[in-house]
Amino acid sequence: MLITGDLGFSVFEKYIEKFPRQYLNAGVAEQNMTGLAAGLATEGKTPFIYSIVPFVTMRNFEQIRNDICYQNLNVKIVGVGAGFSYGPYGHTHHGLEDIGVLRTLANLTIFCPGDPKEVEFVTRQALKIKGPVYIRLGKAGEPVIHNTKSKLEVGKGAIITDGKDLTIIATSTMLYRAFEVSKILAKKGFSVRVVSMHTIKPFDSNIVIDSAKKTRAIFSLEEHSIIGGLGSAVSEVLAENSFSIKFKRLGVQDRFTKVIGNQEFMREANNLSIDSVVNTILRYVKND
Amino acid sequence: MLSTKRIDFLKNQAKKIRKDIIEMSLRAKSAHTGGALSCVEILVSLYFEIMNINPQNPYGKERDRLVFSKAHDAKALYAVLAERGFFDKKFLEGYESNNGKLPGHSTRHCVSGVEVSAGSLGHGLSMAMGMAYAGKIDSKKHRIFCIISDGECDEGSTWEAILFAGHHKLDNLVAIVDYNKLQGFGHTKDVLNLEPFSKKWGSFGWEVVEVDGHNFNELITAFKKISIKKNKPTVIIAHTIKGLGGVPIYVNKISSQYKSPTQEEADEAIRRLSLK
Repeated sequence: MLITGDLGFSVFEKYIEKFPRQYLNAGVAEQNMTGLAAGLATEGKTPFIYSIVPFVTMRNFEQIRNDICYQNLNVKIVGVGAGFSYGPYGHTHHGLEDIGVLRTLANLTIFCPGDPKEVEFVTRQALKIKGPVYIRLGKAGEPVIHNTKSKLEVGKGAIITDGKDLTIIATSTMLYRAFEVSKILAKKGFSVRVVSMHTIKPFDSNIVIDSAKKTRAIFSLEEHSIIGGLGSAVSEVLAENSFSIKFKRLGVQDRFTKVIGNQEFMREANNLSIDSVVNTILRYVKND
Repeated sequence: MLSTKRIDFLKNQAKKIRKDIIEMSLRAKSAHTGGALSCVEILVSLYFEIMNINPQNPYGKERDRLVFSKAHDAKALYAVLAERGFFDKKFLEGYESNNGKLPGHSTRHCVSGVEVSAGSLGHGLSMAMGMAYAGKIDSKKHRIFCIISDGECDEGSTWEAILFAGHHKLDNLVAIVDYNKLQGFGHTKDVLNLEPFSKKWGSFGWEVVEVDGHNFNELITAFKKISIKKNKPTVIIAHTIKGLGGVPIYVNKISSQYKSPTQEEADEAIRRLSLK
């Protein structure tokens, strides 16, 4: 069933009409909503709790930790507004630390789909997993990246395009950005592997290792703090496997943003525009 | 009204449970003994008189559920479950001990009969409410009881839950506040005054009953009346005394939250229980 923290205007109406008994507005009370979902799960229900990323992951973090993950209950947490999706609203509404904090929780599967096809895939998989799942959603109407033949697997990064020179491992709302950047880099003569890391937990170490062996540099790309998220996960794999490969985390620096603006404006202000990412990569690769 | 014989039986159960609590406290040198002692009669009433439970089939679908939210006082829950036959009393020796089965804060299914994990305050009532909500969806008749502490009522999440349960008219939910009026570092009236406590619950849409939380007649009469009120959750505000029946110098003292007894103190306290 779907439980919302009083959000979803113009999104959930059709669902509510169709499944009135499987819908509940818990009010603006995310801690209670999370404990409530845990209680429902002990009785065999499959609640999906929904709100904007910070409110459904950090306001209620301890309920996620104790009530859902510690008890390994079948609750799905859906956060909308990854990264700067709510850019103009200010930092309270930015989703920049969720992966970092949630990655510390045992029993939790973390999905960060980057296009509609991945969203559909992880949603179906979330239902098959009998345990806690977090799904991190953008809200910009991210374009479709995967073609109909793409095969997706839980806990396995998907190679969007393969290449020999460098690898960009992207997640969530930055998947399309990686794709855009790779096209420009291709024009400049680089053969780029783009990996979509739609599952952050369990993390696909093998694709990182494989990329470290087959390409000369690795870049992680995420609309999230460079601390704790995808970049940290990739670093952990590279460090523990003693790779001395060139590696850089591209994401939001460790600071509270002083500017506000729409998603693309915020990306630009945080060196995540197409040009900024291309330039950072070029600078880093050429710096041999 | 219960027969005198039945009351005597329950009183003796309470004594046995107090003895277990004192012994666990002594063995593990554990804190949180006062709050365990203050909820003994509440738990004995529920497990021996009120709740529809079956220790041989602890998770039967139709059972009444108990969410023990004030999980720091788990000694009391463990002792009652053991006394009621949910598990062998020898497991009580594993309370807060290396590789023991009983954590200081009760954990889901750590032993048979423990429904949820708790420990951080202000979580239990929300979970109990989720169970109650599920019961309503499925048109079930069983009830959910949730024991919370007074200190727990400082937590905002507790009041989120109180608001929700009142709004959704969850009459299959019963909260019991072990209102011993002593919390971590002071009297509730001095730390964060809860009064007018019953009016607060009442204004959130709950049926409120106040009882002497050590008086079996009052407790059981209140519990038995619950089904009369439809469309309202019920709260039993049980006025209790922290540390009652334990080491005399800690009764109704904040120290009862932290001190574990010496061997001599434990022996004396158990002797005073004059168990039959």
